[in-house]
Amino acid sequence: MEQKELNPIPIYQYLDAEGEVIERLPDWTQKKEILLGYYRNMVLGRQADAKAIALQRTGKLGTYPSCLGQEAISTVFCSMMQKDDVLIPYYRDHPGLMARGIPLSDILLYWGGDERGSASEHWGKDFPNCVPIATQACHAAGVAAALKIRHESGIAVCALGDGATSKGDFLEALNLAGTWQLPVVFVINNNQWAISVPRTIQSGAPTLAQKGISAGLPSYQVDGNDVIALHEVLSEAMGRARSGKGATVIEAISYRLGDHTTADDASRYRSSDELQQAWSKEPIKRLRTFLHHRGYWDEQQEQALIKDVSQQIEQEVQTYLNTPLPPVKDLFDYHYANMPSALKQQKQEAELRAAGGQNHE
Amino acid sequence: MSKITMVEAVNLALDHAMETDPDVVMLGEDIGVNGGVFRATQGLRDKYGFKRVMDTPLAETLIAGISIGMAAQGLKPVAEIQFMGFIFPTMEQLICHAARMRNRTRGRLSCPMVLRAPFGGGIHAPEHHSESTEALLAHIPGLRVVIPSSPVRAYGLLRSAINEPDPVIFLEPKRIYRASKQEVHHKTPLLPLDKCFTLKQGQDVTLVSWGASVKETMEAASTLEQHGVSAEVIDVATIKPLDMETILTSVQKTGRCVIVHEACKSFGAGAEIAASLAEQALTVLKAPVERVTGFDTIMPYYRMEDHYLPSPDDIMKAALKTLSFH
Ligand SMILES: Cc1ncc(C[n+]2csc(CCOP(=O)(O)OP(=O)(O)O)c2C)c(N)n1
Repeated sequence: MEQKELNPIPIYQYLDAEGEVIERLPDWTQKKEILLGYYRNMVLGRQADAKAIALQRTGKLGTYPSCLGQEAISTVFCSMMQKDDVLIPYYRDHPGLMARGIPLSDILLYWGGDERGSASEHWGKDFPNCVPIATQACHAAGVAAALKIRHESGIAVCALGDGATSKGDFLEALNLAGTWQLPVVFVINNNQWAISVPRTIQSGAPTLAQKGISAGLPSYQVDGNDVIALHEVLSEAMGRARSGKGATVIEAISYRLGDHTTADDASRYRSSDELQQAWSKEPIKRLRTFLHHRGYWDEQQEQALIKDVSQQIEQEVQTYLNTPLPPVKDLFDYHYANMPSALKQQKQEAELRAAGGQNHE
Repeated sequence: MSKITMVEAVNLALDHAMETDPDVVMLGEDIGVNGGVFRATQGLRDKYGFKRVMDTPLAETLIAGISIGMAAQGLKPVAEIQFMGFIFPTMEQLICHAARMRNRTRGRLSCPMVLRAPFGGGIHAPEHHSESTEALLAHIPGLRVVIPSSPVRAYGLLRSAINEPDPVIFLEPKRIYRASKQEVHHKTPLLPLDKCFTLKQGQDVTLVSWGASVKETMEAASTLEQHGVSAEVIDVATIKPLDMETILTSVQKTGRCVIVHEACKSFGAGAEIAASLAEQALTVLKAPVERVTGFDTIMPYYRMEDHYLPSPDDIMKAALKTLSFH
């Protein structure tokens, strides 16, 4: 049997790569506010990303994972989330985090090697970034179980990459979400690569979404560079979770246009042809073209937005750069609610060491 | 002969092992085309092909589990876990299976695998990339835990680890991957596992360390020398099983011991060495054994990691403390 025939999952798409409409548009697109909100956040996400990379290159930020090319996915699901929902993000969701109200300065602080980047009240009950791949899928199932047990109204939304779908944690979480009918949406950012390992080496299955089917979950593929398709699929999935009908798996197909992180050089393992091809499908230009065609957007608004966004970014960057180092006691104060006395001793020792200057500045 | 770094020495050891023994295979994430994120496997895919240098799906449990399967059938898998922070999914496979295959089958099956992983702090890496959790692995009966401290040591120990008929966890201190260069080549001798190496002879105090901390320990030793204190420096190299004989012999001479490691203090490998000294050398000790270690905290994100890692100055002060004990 051909692999294609094995593909049991439809792919949702409304806008083609040129921003042309290829499917009857849903009614909500007649009101431009939602679309303009997405557009603004994606532009913010892309510019902030470029700024973060520049900061890293000049030694002002640590290793940083770019979200270039996949801004649409987290922008849409985070914009659609309500306050009581819980986000369990992965490390390329910067645009989404900002859509959810987390300041860029927090994001920079985190990637600048400072725990306080995950500390501000803006995070609410959302989870911090997850570095060990796919482990957050189990947290998401746990969050959703807690919401269900306590009869709370929120839902859990969990993001991960295509590589993450190879881990047991992901499959175990789906399995539970299926049997317990949990209010959770899993969003796979299929950007085609897990560092240097292409999607084809990750799984022999024709789609990643279909891994949800084995857990009894409705599972979709969607063009992850098409905000209208994302919005449609996500509102169905979120609606299902909200109404107690259980979990959904969404595979959003996109492409990682940048290096894996600033420590990576993607030209070692992928062709420039492939990259160029992918650029022709990128989400921001696609949406801009559509907005222009519809008369929702013009060059003047574009210029104003660019200016506005760069001012906002500049301010956030200054906030980040002006954040002084935390005190040494911070190393100790947050491990236990009641600090064990053995740790108190070490804390004193560390503070003494730090005060003495030595090699511990 | 040109000199090479420690990560290049790892690469050379893998290359020579694969060249020597067709049963040696490699597997892991990004080890093929990309040559590993630290370039430890660079060039090996081109040289030995897909069947011997395998990129796996992103799944550490799988990497450890298939290594056990392969090893039990006579291959010699050398698996890479990209960072020690991601070694935890392999623990079940290592503890429940790799470590006890020989014992469970009374030798009918065995598990001649090597699991390599870069570890330790000090390179400004993101979270979960800087921990030193070697003691967790060292606690497991049946495993060997080997940690090189230089290019020559990396080459010699890794070649021996691959030849070893039992599972070896080979932890590579990434802070010193490119810190120094040494001459390493085909004729560089293989080094024994389960042995400590004495890096510097001395009379007054024994400094014991392993991995990247050996660097600061050697620095401290030379500063002590300028102060007229003669320190003996021991590189433990294999922390499990531990060669207490070399350490004991040294402490019998000096009467004093300072143990240095990056990992948390409590329940660390330093505690094991100190306890053994208390058992076996109490009468020769002229001062309590000192430990210079990381704190019992999570390794901080990198803005604060210098406050966590032991410095040469901390080591020197501890040595002077043992010398001034009455
Ligand atoms: C358990 C675990 N193994 C390995 C790594 C190292 N690592 C970080 S990102 C990454 C690739 C992840 O790929 P994918 O899930 O597709 O997400 P993407 O980075 O492509 O967005 C790897 C292997 C890790 N963080 N966690």
